[in-house]
Amino acid sequence: MDLKSLTQARMDALKEICNIGVGNAATSLSQLVNDKITMTVPVVAVLPFGELSSAAGGRDAYVAGVYLKITGAIPGDILFTMPLPAAKQLASLLLKKCSDDPILSEMECSAVKEASSILTGSFLNALNELTSLSFSYSVPYFCTDIFEAILGSIVYHLGVASDYALFIKTELYYRTEILAGNFFFLPEANSLEAIFNSVGVKM
Amino acid sequence: MLRDSLVTAVGIAELRVARSPGNLTVIGLGSCIGTCLYDPAACIGGIAHVMLPALINVRGNINRAKFGDTAVEALLEEMLKTGAARSRIIAKIAGGSHMFHIPDDRNSMKLGERNTASVKLALKKCHIPLVAEDTGGQHGRTIILDTATGFVVVKTINYGERVI
Repeated sequence: MDLKSLTQARMDALKEICNIGVGNAATSLSQLVNDKITMTVPVVAVLPFGELSSAAGGRDAYVAGVYLKITGAIPGDILFTMPLPAAKQLASLLLKKCSDDPILSEMECSAVKEASSILTGSFLNALNELTSLSFSYSVPYFCTDIFEAILGSIVYHLGVASDYALFIKTELYYRTEILAGNFFFLPEANSLEAIFNSVGVKM
Repeated sequence: MLRDSLVTAVGIAELRVARSPGNLTVIGLGSCIGTCLYDPAACIGGIAHVMLPALINVRGNINRAKFGDTAVEALLEEMLKTGAARSRIIAKIAGGSHMFHIPDDRNSMKLGERNTASVKLALKKCHIPLVAEDTGGQHGRTIILDTATGFVVVKTINYGERVI
């Protein structure tokens, strides 16, 4: 499918699917940290690779990222990135202790990774219930680095067939003010037809 | 050392050429390669932000900056158009790391290494000497090409900064 020719109705359908999926993810995060989590309305964009990361939230941001690969009926990628201070905060909430070290310790990494797996898992469950499509997904991969370096290492395979990538971004906040992280769903172009058929959006 | 206002960022799958005092940067190279060409006499530099190793079986894809085997040629053409002399051009490369350890994924496995190899091969084909590199590892890199000197500053988050 040509990404540039997505109709507004189809863009809205993707937005709504992500709204429900990330809503589920936000609920699980909220239960984990026992605090209020809010989210923005998802943003759907089709962009050339060169503009992807600046549109997605800052090329040079130092982030902790969790990445899962979806295979099966709807191949694509899921990425949840947290600004490092937010990842530190999440770790301290989960481990119930704070550290002054600016980088994440091994223990903190594993807490953040675990929380992110729960979060992404909730999203995928919702996606599965909504679409009734069968897909599987990889274990979560974790790394902390510059945002564009992480994103580039994930989206490379989309570049084989296209000069554009489709991404849907949703921001999550602790209460309403502190950015907890950005949730990205990057469905491959050839999984879109299956998604639209499953939810009954023809054009 | 460099004035920010004169630095142009080169995004994923893009290529750009600049003449001193204009400088170029790539923010956040993971498995991608920042392929830098430089003419020291003309103070002209260029960077291609290579994303994939080779343009094979890709139809209707005309963005040559995206692939290692076509990006070097495309960047060289742009350098010559801007006034660089082919005989003086040297190359420096950075990036090609392995950001996520994914044991079961054959494609992403060694993508950084495959990208690095493809760029090196393309440089060889174009007879451009590779004078310095900072590649591999498991970390991201931000690079700045100073077109006045040809130095490439490679910044990392946990491994400090070096100049190649």
